[in-house]
Amino acid sequence: MSNSKPDELSQINYMPPDEDWMDTAVHMKKGMYCHGANENSLKTVGFPNPRQWSSSETNWKLPENWQEIVIKGMAERLEKYRSFHIFMDICVRCGACADKCHFFLGTGDPKNMPVLRAELLRSIYRREFTKAGRILGRFAGARELTEEVLKEWWYYFFQCTECRRCSVFCPYGIDTAEITMIARELLNLLGLNIEWIAGPVANCYMKGNHLGLEPHTIKSSMEFLVDEIEELTGVKVEPTFNRKGAEILFVTPSGDLFADPGTYTCMGYLMLFHELGLDYTWSTYASEGGNFGSFTSNEMGKRLNSKIYAEAKRLGVKWILGGECGHMWRVLNQYMDTWNGPADFLEAPVSPITGTKFENAASTKMVHISEFTADLLKHDRLEIDPSRNDHYKVTYHDSCNTSRGMGLLEEPRYIINKVCKNFFEMPENTIREKTFCCGSGSGLNASENMELRLRGGFPRANAVKYVHNKFGVDMLACICAIDRAALTSLMDYWVPGVRVIGVTELLANAMKMKGENDRQTDLRGDPLAGADDGEAKEDSEDA
Amino acid sequence: MKILLPFLGVMGLVIVAFVGVELLNLQYLFGVIIPYVAFITFMVGVALRVLKWGKSAVPFCIPTTSGQQKSFSWIKHNRFDNPSNNLEVVGRMALEVLLFRSLFSNTASSLKKEEGDLVHGSSKWLWIAGLAFHWSFFILVFRHLRLFIDPIPPMLYLVDSLDGLMQVGVPVLYWTGLIFLISATYLFIRRAVIPQVRYLSLPNDHFPLLLLIVIALTGLVMRYFIKVDIIYVKDLTIGLFKLNPVISHHLGLIFYIHLFMVSVLLIYFPFSKLMHAAGVFLSPTRNMPNNSRRIRHINPWNYPVKVHSYEEYEDDFREKMKGVGIPVEKE
Amino acid sequence: MKLHDILVKESSNILNGWYSLILKTYHPDSEVFLAKKNDPFANPIGHNISVSIKGILEELLNNMVQERIVGLLNDIIRIKAVQDSNPSDAISLLFLLKQTLRDATKGYIEGEQLFRELLAFEDKIDRLTLLSFDIFMKCREDIFNIKVNEIRRGAFMFTKRAKVEDDKL
Repeated sequence: MSNSKPDELSQINYMPPDEDWMDTAVHMKKGMYCHGANENSLKTVGFPNPRQWSSSETNWKLPENWQEIVIKGMAERLEKYRSFHIFMDICVRCGACADKCHFFLGTGDPKNMPVLRAELLRSIYRREFTKAGRILGRFAGARELTEEVLKEWWYYFFQCTECRRCSVFCPYGIDTAEITMIARELLNLLGLNIEWIAGPVANCYMKGNHLGLEPHTIKSSMEFLVDEIEELTGVKVEPTFNRKGAEILFVTPSGDLFADPGTYTCMGYLMLFHELGLDYTWSTYASEGGNFGSFTSNEMGKRLNSKIYAEAKRLGVKWILGGECGHMWRVLNQYMDTWNGPADFLEAPVSPITGTKFENAASTKMVHISEFTADLLKHDRLEIDPSRNDHYKVTYHDSCNTSRGMGLLEEPRYIINKVCKNFFEMPENTIREKTFCCGSGSGLNASENMELRLRGGFPRANAVKYVHNKFGVDMLACICAIDRAALTSLMDYWVPGVRVIGVTELLANAMKMKGENDRQTDLRGDPLAGADDGEAKEDSEDA
Repeated sequence: MKILLPFLGVMGLVIVAFVGVELLNLQYLFGVIIPYVAFITFMVGVALRVLKWGKSAVPFCIPTTSGQQKSFSWIKHNRFDNPSNNLEVVGRMALEVLLFRSLFSNTASSLKKEEGDLVHGSSKWLWIAGLAFHWSFFILVFRHLRLFIDPIPPMLYLVDSLDGLMQVGVPVLYWTGLIFLISATYLFIRRAVIPQVRYLSLPNDHFPLLLLIVIALTGLVMRYFIKVDIIYVKDLTIGLFKLNPVISHHLGLIFYIHLFMVSVLLIYFPFSKLMHAAGVFLSPTRNMPNNSRRIRHINPWNYPVKVHSYEEYEDDFREKMKGVGIPVEKE
Repeated sequence: MKLHDILVKESSNILNGWYSLILKTYHPDSEVFLAKKNDPFANPIGHNISVSIKGILEELLNNMVQERIVGLLNDIIRIKAVQDSNPSDAISLLFLLKQTLRDATKGYIEGEQLFRELLAFEDKIDRLTLLSFDIFMKCREDIFNIKVNEIRRGAFMFTKRAKVEDDKL
């Protein structure tokens, strides 16, 4: 429950007791968990059992009938989700997933093996919902639902980033993300959320985005970026907000509007859309692409997501373009249309520049920026000078969600290869569908659990370090707002000298704009390679 | 304890069969009644379990995508790891069920690795042993059909002659029996020895393996050592099949132990993890195409939720919006 | 035989012994997994620890080059610093080397001369221990700074705009 006690300090060579995992009580280590949710955050969205409580205290102030709530919640979800029901029944504990989890690899805590994480829940399922478990008890892997078990759930299901890597290797496709989602729903029924998720959810519900940016702040923040772009390129871009009749609504995670280095990616969007003369608008109401609601419950995910279609309908746009974000795209690809569709008031998306029909988004009417951009580059609709990224050596991190919840693997690589010349892949078993999580996904990118994040991100950082040492890689490209924030910290700790960049920022560096002046620096103000010789000047004059 | 308990359980069952047949002469119970009960339990149990799973909804389209999505014609789509329609799903499932593709991908990366092969070694063995175990099990069950069908269909002869290829010894040695015993033993030892797997194993992981090992042993003993006369076995099994069972006194103890263990397995099956055999076909992360942006997936229990509407939002921020020139609905 | 020669001869034993003692500080069920140290990406902790301790022993047996030894210690302590919040747990791995050394040299140490050499060698290890403390503190400081920087980056637009406003004045 607390930090190591003084008597533990004297021991150098300690051996944890060799007992069954069901008997090992949870030992909550500081730095490994987040603050519990505030009463007010839960009240804002009407979540059950709001109260002030602290996970580091013994008394969690649970409602009296908490066991009944959990069991009823499980029963309901077993009927609602075949995934949950089947995954409770069919695991054979072959162990193929055990060493696939970045948290297990980074912590060495056996309860971070995906199979065991799921067993935490399965043991209760067996006890309450199977004859074998009720009759045979421990022999059938069943145990009682006690407060200790509940605390164990809270500790370990907020140590899973729902990255789905284990699911790739499981012979039955058992997906710990599904199990974690259900477990978090159950915990949420008892008000046992974490503030780092509950706070942004409340913000997003009331103000339209996780950061709680109000409409005038969004606009002034964007104006600042507009000024930056003008200073850099001499081109004045003119974004519009909540404009009715625009052809396209653009939605991106709010982190891009406000947090470094996401703001450079945001500048990239603004420059790209301006250069294309795209008839698009931003929305201050649907100003969040991400969805922390989906980290609490299916219902909350739907409530937050509803704003995107509602706003598209109100503004009368034809289709929606989505920015760079990981879990946002898991939601958009696999949930949005089912939750809040059908979007029959929109049209099947067609690129106004190339005329390409985005067949794969014919029903959701929502296109990924990397799909949109790759199509532009394929049709040579942008003037690109890849040498403007010559001062970077780039590698690419696949986001968990865009790779394992969508399969967007080649589009961003196509863009990167077009816009920069020094691109190096990380080792094969750490990219694409086998990519390692940043360690901070699914709402775990808080400050108080930094040790957890640095451990969980270690397998990823380790692979970056490899290409850093071997090829001198100094830029880690990604298409995710949480990555941009989390990987930056991860690099600062494990691989100093590597920075993080959005793919659209890379594109904007290389993209020549009509009427731009002689660019001496990239979007961040870093001098371009050979910025002072005549060549760069000549190029820009040509344009 | 985890291993001892199931071990004692299986031994206990052997003793039950011994006492029942040798001491109490309950041949009819062990040869007819229990097999019938077991068969019915198995059929009904499996059907009920599958129906129960089937009753659970599939609210969302959640395939795990393990390859490139279908987007543009000029980007190569990975059909089997990221299927975009039902036909491709069938392909993915076939690879999964017949070849354990996901388990294999465990090892695929290690083949290209520059340094040692140690790490993935064990998982490669898991794939090979798993494949050998399941395939030989399947062929064994299939070969046993000859006991229930008369005349024996040519297909069975074919499998028999392939299995008995190389003509080792008399009677002909069936490779599958041997492979099955070896792979089951390996899987058991793996669970008992590799601490990581031992830690996460439950007693009911060891139990079915031990049961299967006893079944395989008794089967092999009957075929190669004690040589139970197949004619009498067939009399019983075909009798069972035609609902007119005849007990012959030529069937020895080993046969009854074998039959009893198979009966126990059949009874155990629907209540245990062995249901993965059916469950794998229903796994939503594998049996759905990744086309949810192209075709809307319907959630049968979708319900309206409370949202914070634009109107409410504008009411909260109207003055601020007007102040910076953001258009509003109500002035 | 000189102590140095003994240690060179026994170096692979020492490394194996040291490595397995370090692994014992992890959960016994993770220990087996970590013991497979060959794949740098499938088992980053095991691999990094084994590479670092090999380098550290080599440095100890030769002239310790400050820069190199700090780099090696850094690789391993950096991992420990996010796994154990107590310096004593993190630094303990160097004491484990002493334990291994004493076991490995048991059969050889007879004369006083060798004993003295061993003591001198252990002094070197003590120096590493002190260095490790510095590195550990640096790592914890890094973590603290990362937290601060993250908050700063999160409010990037506020600070940046404030700066621009200031410049205008």
